[in-house]
Amino acid sequence: MNETGASAQYGQDEAPVVAFRNVSLAFDGPPILDDVSFSIAPGETRILLGPAGVGKSVLLKLVNGLLRPDQGSILLFGEEITSMPEEQLFPLRIRVGMVFQEGALFDSLTVRDNVAYQLIQEQVPDEEIDRRVRDALRFVELEETFDLYPASLSGGMRRRVAIARAFIRQPDMLLYDSPTGGLDPITSTTIIELIVKERDVYHTPSLLVTHRLQDALLLCNHRFDPEEGHMVPLPEGETDPGTTFLMLEEGRLIFDGSLNELIRSEDPFVREFLQ
Amino acid sequence: MPIQLIEKSAKNLVLTVQEYSLFAQRAFMNLFRPPIYWPEFLVQSDIIGFGSLSIVVLSGLSTGGVLALQSSATLAQFGATAITGQFVSLTMIRELGPVLTGVMVSGRNASSMASELGSMVVTEQIDAMRALGVDPMRKLVTPRIAATICMLFFLTIVADACGIAGGGLVTVFMNHQNGTQYLDMAWEHLRYPDIIQGLVKPLFFGYILSSIGCFYGMRTSGGTQGVGRSTIQAVVWASVIIIFVDFLLTQVLLTLLPPL
Repeated sequence: MNETGASAQYGQDEAPVVAFRNVSLAFDGPPILDDVSFSIAPGETRILLGPAGVGKSVLLKLVNGLLRPDQGSILLFGEEITSMPEEQLFPLRIRVGMVFQEGALFDSLTVRDNVAYQLIQEQVPDEEIDRRVRDALRFVELEETFDLYPASLSGGMRRRVAIARAFIRQPDMLLYDSPTGGLDPITSTTIIELIVKERDVYHTPSLLVTHRLQDALLLCNHRFDPEEGHMVPLPEGETDPGTTFLMLEEGRLIFDGSLNELIRSEDPFVREFLQ
Repeated sequence: MPIQLIEKSAKNLVLTVQEYSLFAQRAFMNLFRPPIYWPEFLVQSDIIGFGSLSIVVLSGLSTGGVLALQSSATLAQFGATAITGQFVSLTMIRELGPVLTGVMVSGRNASSMASELGSMVVTEQIDAMRALGVDPMRKLVTPRIAATICMLFFLTIVADACGIAGGGLVTVFMNHQNGTQYLDMAWEHLRYPDIIQGLVKPLFFGYILSSIGCFYGMRTSGGTQGVGRSTIQAVVWASVIIIFVDFLLTQVLLTLLPPL
């Protein structure tokens, strides 16, 4: 697999934000990830495809050091994090926004306190916290949930609050773990629209994990129109140049490239997945 | 096959002990290193201290009462019912106050810590906290351990007082003995080594029950079923280890502070 294939086309002059070098990981059994290498360039959005249980979420948690690999090295913002002590990882993690599969909101805190969690730890004044939380909630169109608890929100709303929490500090990198998993098609489209909006407005490099091809295609074939205030399809045959694909099969990275390369791939697993 | 099973169980036990030792050591060091989350400490102190007050008062009163009932029946055979007060106060302060409070509080709070943290683990809230740049050991574990050590100390004093009061009530109203004599005996034969012994133990028990509760909570896996399993393990191990450590501590304290 050509590790720099797709990412080299985008932001190739700059150092990668994330780089995996021959990363392997196993938990009491066969390897979850086996010799995985890829990188994410500044401004690039990478979509990690693969069926359930192939190690996509595990790979995502390796990016910001929530898990450690058995072998290989991982560079985040140019720093080797594989053997970095937990305490030294916290300043790096603050620069990475992460949206968990089910939102992972703190159920004993209000939406305001959830979204402002990092700001509260940094002892930002309350007035500024309120303003920034309202801005973040406006971005995800959930301003009215300011005082509510996560238990009173629907699954889609929780996911959007989680996105607001990840966005609030304008991170240098975003990680999305199946942000549309288990949601209905309309809510899924709303979530994807938020991700497209973030990608096209702030150009934050990101890694999105999903098993839903339709979401990946939506991300690739649309752009955010600031004048209309929502996402619009790109002209026929055009795709977003900064959005590229990775595919995992049983822990091995079997594809790294653009949408066109993905569609033309002869790999039987890729073909089966696409069909 | 049985040998492999024994080998696997032994390895799991050694691994658990190793993980707990590292966890407990890190939690202990965090007690003395900033940042210390004072609001969380106060919230946990309220939950653990005030929340456990009723069960500690009730168990203290009952235990003191039972001690008075049982001891007076035995002491009557030797014509020594007058020393019921001494018997109850020394037993409560040196032994039963700390151990009973430790076991009662572990039943209530080690389980609550394990289930609360376990639920946070299985819903990825702990990972979310780490991803947001906050150390869950410092934010969640350290305040619980500090609050438990602090509150168990005071709850033990409450349990001791309630036990002596319970013994007094039984002595006066059921055994129809002299209350003043009971209190005199309870007070006069109390020495500083007895009090020190009774107040050192809850510091250890508080650390044990909270660190075990948090440890099992933080290593929860396997969804809601795993949370239930962690809760049971936390209560069982916290209670067993408190009783075992009580034996060791008593030996050490009796050597260091021999009764006068």
